[in-house]
Amino acid sequence: MDFIFELLIAIHIIIGGIFILVGSFGMLKLPDLMSRLHAPTKATTLGVGGALMASMIFFFYRNQTIFVHEVLITLFLFLTAPVTAHFIAKAHLHLNRDQKSTLPSTNRPKGWSTFDAAGGD
Amino acid sequence: MTLFKRWLPHPLLAIALTVFWLLLNSRFSLGDLVLGALLGLIIPILTSNFWPQRPNVRSYRHVVIYVLMVAWDIVMANILVAKLILFRPVSQLKTRWVSLPLELKSPEAITLLAGTITLTPGTVSSDISADGQSLLIHCLDAEDAEVAVRHMKNRYEARLKEIFT
Repeated sequence: MDFIFELLIAIHIIIGGIFILVGSFGMLKLPDLMSRLHAPTKATTLGVGGALMASMIFFFYRNQTIFVHEVLITLFLFLTAPVTAHFIAKAHLHLNRDQKSTLPSTNRPKGWSTFDAAGGD
Repeated sequence: MTLFKRWLPHPLLAIALTVFWLLLNSRFSLGDLVLGALLGLIIPILTSNFWPQRPNVRSYRHVVIYVLMVAWDIVMANILVAKLILFRPVSQLKTRWVSLPLELKSPEAITLLAGTITLTPGTVSSDISADGQSLLIHCLDAEDAEVAVRHMKNRYEARLKEIFT
């Protein structure tokens, strides 16, 4: 394999690996659920992205075709990551209802939907 | 028109589903095209109850610019969060909730904004106000709530306002 391709693939794998490692380390280091939520939703997007880029370059070199599966994986990941994060955050709010007083105000007549369900409209 | 709307509630979604199906089967064949088109027709009809209205996209050029900008932001902010995790002691992180007043009205635009905020590192959107006009956002490290909110409004919401009517 050409040196330049090997180098490119290696760089992407290393970058991806570093970000996944940092994301996992964040899970260990950060103290509470909400701040821990930041580590996996973030660092992993680039971590997995790096691995997928490496895979794309590898298959481009070997088969001389562009594989779109990696692009699709990225897309699906970006569609699902915010939804999962939102579910976890929402569950956290539901489980800690005493937190209500620590949240900022909505600056609206109605409160946050977890605590103040929409009535009617 | 109503018949058309009934059988093809989201034409773009139908095309997107067909294309996705073809992309998933990396080799093109007529059978896959037929099956993909069938899925593209059936799925929007089955899910139309959950998504009654069509989004009003004003300019697709702005959509492309927005996607590229967010992709760039994700990379930059990933590095920022990695730095925070590695080098900042936990006691010095300014973790806080902020409330972002929404000017966007359409549910699609609000969903996109919430998704963007979650994907860009350092912020997770967690709740919406009962009347749908404020977002509750958790910031990993925000010195000043005002500045963080203004940044998100200027960078993302203003652009989404140009995309959706």
